[in-house]
Amino acid sequence: MKEVIHTPVPSVEEEEYHINMGPQHPSTHGVLRLVVSLQGEIVKNLKPHCGYIHRGMEKMCEKDTYPQIIHLTDRMDYLSAHINNHAVCLLVENALQIEVPERVKYIRTIMDELCRIQSHQLWWASFGMDLGGLTCFFYGLRDREKILDIWEETTGARFLQSYYTPGGLMWDIHPDFQKNVKAFIKYFRKKIRDYEKILSGNVIFTERSRNIGLMTKEEAISYGVTGPSGRGSGWSCDIRKHHPYALYDKVEFKEILYHEGDTLARYMVRMDEMYESMHIIEQLIDNIPEGDFSAKMKAVIKLPAGEYYQRVESARGDLGIYCISDGNKTPYRMKFRTPSFSNLSVLDHISRDLKIADLVAIGGSLDLVIPDIDR
Amino acid sequence: MDLEKLKERVLTLVPEAEFEENKQFLTFFLPAGKLHATALRLKEDTDTAFDYLFCQSGTDMVKYLMVVYHLESTSLGHSLVMKVKTEDRETPAFDTVCDIWRTAEFHEREIYDLLGIRFTNHPDLRRIFLDENWAGHPLRKDYQDEVNIVEF
Repeated sequence: MKEVIHTPVPSVEEEEYHINMGPQHPSTHGVLRLVVSLQGEIVKNLKPHCGYIHRGMEKMCEKDTYPQIIHLTDRMDYLSAHINNHAVCLLVENALQIEVPERVKYIRTIMDELCRIQSHQLWWASFGMDLGGLTCFFYGLRDREKILDIWEETTGARFLQSYYTPGGLMWDIHPDFQKNVKAFIKYFRKKIRDYEKILSGNVIFTERSRNIGLMTKEEAISYGVTGPSGRGSGWSCDIRKHHPYALYDKVEFKEILYHEGDTLARYMVRMDEMYESMHIIEQLIDNIPEGDFSAKMKAVIKLPAGEYYQRVESARGDLGIYCISDGNKTPYRMKFRTPSFSNLSVLDHISRDLKIADLVAIGGSLDLVIPDIDR
Repeated sequence: MDLEKLKERVLTLVPEAEFEENKQFLTFFLPAGKLHATALRLKEDTDTAFDYLFCQSGTDMVKYLMVVYHLESTSLGHSLVMKVKTEDRETPAFDTVCDIWRTAEFHEREIYDLLGIRFTNHPDLRRIFLDENWAGHPLRKDYQDEVNIVEF
């Protein structure tokens, strides 16, 4: 009888294999592909593949005037649309040394904070859903609708508003704006307690997120992980505190810092930030001064030749715009330093040797917005 | 550290540094050969401590290609801008700094993708947004794409 030679087949636990998460995968929240090397269910390393939604925004900017560029920036981090607009407006205003009316500063600060709240609401909704709590998704979206309704009244749009213009605002706020914002804050202060009950105090959730995806402060700085993700590692990186713009040096608010550096810490930072944002809005909403909603601007905006850099704190972190102008009405070069791009770069490092289910939790806690990565 | 002291400090590290006037940040060009050593000193020395690379970008200035490093110290709060340039448009290359600031790994891949500047010793220098077989580098000023770019 002929002898049968069996070549040893490596068991699933020993063999390293690759799977593609994305480009269409619910946990990547957009078109991002992660090529994950796995041994069993342990992540050995992962390689992000970006560019599925790359629109060449920086190249497009070279042909666009500054007011046109504002409409592009909405489409980077669409959950921080107002804040992205704010960055371009501040860049132009600082370059031309234009002082915007106080009323504009008030409205912009309130809008930015509403933006931060709705971004964190959507993050909370999808983060809960990633970890198996579908109720979160309904709660989060239900409350976010209220902010979108407020915006729709004033800006005419629910998602991509392009409400800010260099020098001011597109038009004045709706007469019911203040009333509705106050009603929303009152409503949301009650509802956010439900958020805390469903996730923050949930044993299953805390067990799945504690000590997962550990990132030290030094790593956060080296990888440039800013925003709530960086502050979860104890890095004080809030642009609103360090390089204040609009009214952030006048209002009182705390920079939320947690030092654990795990997924739960990043979660807690965002939860606490929603309270701080509401606190900021409450200080301003009754005191909006009368006045113009825009400074006088020339019809054609040309920046003096030179280099400009403007930083703002978007809902995801340090958004920087680096602009080289040659004196024309279009920039010579426009570079967007987007927070999600740098935050993505740390994902490989912090999810190694963890389970693939943890990768979903870590990805959710970094709060990536894919068009913000790809631009 | 105030700007004057920072300037002196940079000059002791790189005597060839060319400073630019009237800029938002302290800005200087340095010879490409000294890039890595200077970057390392700027980060490691306790009185400069530039530990946060908050922006890295490339630009085609037509006469030359440049890479710009925006640096900040998280402990001391000062910032500066470091630039390197090359007139070589065929095979431009600089040393990588991604062993000093890890965030540079992605930024350098982006610069390579969109401007075609290579970074020596980079661990994984591939295009980041475009296909591997994409022809040309879109952010070059002489880049032509008759399909996607409409001239008015």
